Amino acid sequence: MSFLTTRQKIELIAVGLIALFFIVIFPLLNAHGMVSDFTINLWGKYLCYAILAISVDLLWGYTGLLSLGQALFFSLGGYMMGMYLMRMIGDLGQYHKPIPDFLVFLGWTDLPKFWEPFSSFPFAFAMILLLPGLLALVFGFLAFRSRIKGVYFSILTQALTYGASLMFFRNDMLMGGNNGFTDFKFILGHDVREAATQRGLFIFTAVVLLAVYVGLRLLSHTKFGLVQRAIRDGENRVLFSGYATAHFKLFIFVLAGLIASIGGALYVPQVGIINPSEMTPDKSLEAVVWCAVGGRGTLVGPIIGAIGVNSLKSWASRAAPDYWLIILGGLFVVVVLLLPGGIVSIPARIKELVHRFRRPPPDPTPRAPSASAAPTATETTPH
Amino acid sequence: MRFITRLFLAATLCLGSLISASAAESARAIIVSAILSKNEPQKIELIDSLIGSTDDAIKPLLTAWKQDSLFLYQPSEDAAPVPVLLTGDQDDNGAQKAFRVSDGEPVTDAAGKPLRLVGGDLTAVEHDATLRHAMSSVIELLNLYIVDPVKRIQAIQSIGYGQDPEKIPALEKRLEIETNGNARRALQEAIAVTKLKDPSDKVRLEALKELTELHSLFSYDLIRTAMREAATDKKADIVAAAANALKAIDTHKSLINFYGTLFRGLSNGSILLIVAIGLAITFGLMGVINMAHGEMIAVGAYTTYLVENIFGSGIVIPFFGFSLSIPGIHATGWFYQSYFLFALPLSFLTAAAVGIGLERSIIRFLYRRPLESLLATWGVSLLLQQALKLMFGSNNVQVNSPAYLSGNWTINDITFGWNRIFVIGFAVLIVFGTWMILTKTPLGLLIRSVMQNRNMASCMGVRTERVNMLTFGLGSGLAGLAGAFISQIGNVGPTLGQNYIVDCFMTVVVGGVGNLAGTVYSALGIGFVDQSLQQILLNPVLGKILVLVAIILFLQWRPSGLFVTRSRNLDD
Repeated sequence: MSFLTTRQKIELIAVGLIALFFIVIFPLLNAHGMVSDFTINLWGKYLCYAILAISVDLLWGYTGLLSLGQALFFSLGGYMMGMYLMRMIGDLGQYHKPIPDFLVFLGWTDLPKFWEPFSSFPFAFAMILLLPGLLALVFGFLAFRSRIKGVYFSILTQALTYGASLMFFRNDMLMGGNNGFTDFKFILGHDVREAATQRGLFIFTAVVLLAVYVGLRLLSHTKFGLVQRAIRDGENRVLFSGYATAHFKLFIFVLAGLIASIGGALYVPQVGIINPSEMTPDKSLEAVVWCAVGGRGTLVGPIIGAIGVNSLKSWASRAAPDYWLIILGGLFVVVVLLLPGGIVSIPARIKELVHRFRRPPPDPTPRAPSASAAPTATETTPH
Repeated sequence: MRFITRLFLAATLCLGSLISASAAESARAIIVSAILSKNEPQKIELIDSLIGSTDDAIKPLLTAWKQDSLFLYQPSEDAAPVPVLLTGDQDDNGAQKAFRVSDGEPVTDAAGKPLRLVGGDLTAVEHDATLRHAMSSVIELLNLYIVDPVKRIQAIQSIGYGQDPEKIPALEKRLEIETNGNARRALQEAIAVTKLKDPSDKVRLEALKELTELHSLFSYDLIRTAMREAATDKKADIVAAAANALKAIDTHKSLINFYGTLFRGLSNGSILLIVAIGLAITFGLMGVINMAHGEMIAVGAYTTYLVENIFGSGIVIPFFGFSLSIPGIHATGWFYQSYFLFALPLSFLTAAAVGIGLERSIIRFLYRRPLESLLATWGVSLLLQQALKLMFGSNNVQVNSPAYLSGNWTINDITFGWNRIFVIGFAVLIVFGTWMILTKTPLGLLIRSVMQNRNMASCMGVRTERVNMLTFGLGSGLAGLAGAFISQIGNVGPTLGQNYIVDCFMTVVVGGVGNLAGTVYSALGIGFVDQSLQQILLNPVLGKILVLVAIILFLQWRPSGLFVTRSRNLDD
């Protein structure tokens, strides 16, 4: 470990401690009744959102691709998991038929063909990875091949998400329509409504988040990570240096899609419902807000942002439901205008302020050059 | 000669309303003599003679007769009986108000006071089945003379649907004086369709031939029935003629669908164009990803709603704990109808003001950071949505369209809504106006110079900040105008803008950023494709999804849209 800088050592220790807290201590407290089941369920939700936020950051903060389609991958993963959970209900539904209630309601007597394999968990798990992965691959291939970038990429992913949500809102999609899937009973033989199952899901989510964090941390230190950030800062230069940027971007897009999908698959059993309103472009933008508020271009930022903004949301939707959107919108404007680095940049900013404050006033003579240097400095600040 | 005859007929019709007093007497007189006549065939003849009269008194009197409300009243022992109509509430004695059938005036006693009579004491005017039948057809055929052409056509069609051969003379009589083209056609159709019941093969064949020529939509089922009957009777020529008529109607139907789709595509494209042209300026020319564009549309729509309420009965707006009460001016008639003309400039100005405020406070800091302008304006869009929700409630509000926007024209069975036609005309006007502003005014020159090269324009002394502000104001104002129109087409709600934002961006991207002509073509193209897919798939949502897929594939072929703005800049 001698090659690590002090800063990295601190980070390693901090991450280790936080992970230990969430993976071991928090669930233990819950098992002994010191943390309520509601709290652990809520935090499980936050951690899923953190996984989604990291996937947004991987694209936006690290590669400069602002995708408004991450909510689509998130809810696709959720839907795949939901299909498995729907099959596990068996004949315990309202109508006591061996097929999901909404199908009975639509007049089906037999299970549609594409629903059948979802009775097996391995198949559902494979689909959680395969379907969003394939979609990301095809869409990414088309988009990056024709060099769609910047805001055009955002708008196109928004359109993709919008189209998909329209599709899932339809009843004849046979995916539950407006209401989606709910009333889950069992997962892998355990009752989803039991505290122990929820605790297990929470631990698993925390482990997945840790794995995603560590994996991306390692990736960002490789040459691949360097190319990735170079694409963000000047794609054409990377292209002219002989890198096939489209392939890099495609890989990252698919990877981010998979991460989001896994997050969604963990989200559904903990929240107990999945419907198409999770899939709208607005939800993607919300995930972008978490990322921006926490601090993009870092891995801690999106996690802090997702947990912070959602805690705020839980509080605000109880305390002032009418003003939640105003708070969210205002927060967003303030962060973009005044704090582009997000929460994680606050210490550095304070340090800078303190530094400037402590520095003795410059001599009167070199004032002219420093004044002319100021605009150049603002112009070169990374955006 | 024929022209003069028609003119004369038209003049007679107009005069009809002036001389109705004398006409009323004659119709009433006929009814009185029918009542008093002892001769059954004569009674029927008299009643049949009422057909073609436009008198308003016929219907209530005949209805009263059928419902036993007409009585014979004898003022004194040896006086002649007077037919009277008893109506109104019965008092304790069972007496009702009495009116003379001959002139509609109240029956009076010797002192001139109105009399109340008891029905049970008088002789009811009798009627039998034949008479009732005659009266029913008179009442039905009276509908042929309703002044409102739409209702008249409905009446004609329902008579045609009855296929009663006895009504043919009345229909033909009406056809002779009918001047409205659609009503004439309906009459011809009704006559022909009634003739399908005729026992003679020759008449039926001729009727079918005429229906083939008229390709009458409403007689489709009746022709089918006639064809089935002819098939059981083994009359090959009639079956063939009927099949021919059905084929002609089918062709006509698909033609109507085709032109209807064309029209709807054009009007949809125009709506898309109106909502997107503001974005073509803010996004296309300025490069600002204004996610709050949809809310600018909503601001315009709500301004129209406000203006409508101010012209009407006023409105109370709760605003962050305060309550603002705006009194209405209770306008009526054409003055109320003209609210929309006031709403148009106000919507433009309100949305432009909001836009300029947005530009000054937020967007001017983000010109170099397009992705972040997307995020910040999305934040603003949430703020505005919630503000609208708090002010006007989260439910949709209804904006009453002025009369000149809510009717429609039917030409050759194709319906053209006036609001749709107005939207098309308005789109042309807006595009022309925007083009004029951008190319023929000093402001347009400045806008174009700043958009092409901000630094150079600044060096030449252009106040770029001001130009940015005005350009953004113009784009937002156009969105506000779009909102005023949207309010005439659908409901207005706080999330109205969300329905259009994706479409707007798609339109601008497909058209090619920085190019107004591109936006025009792409809006019309998307409008047509959308409508055609809806027509083919019979499913609006699926059509929309396919349009989105088509756009993604289109951008494969032309990544910078239809019209490319060429640039030597590497990162453009």
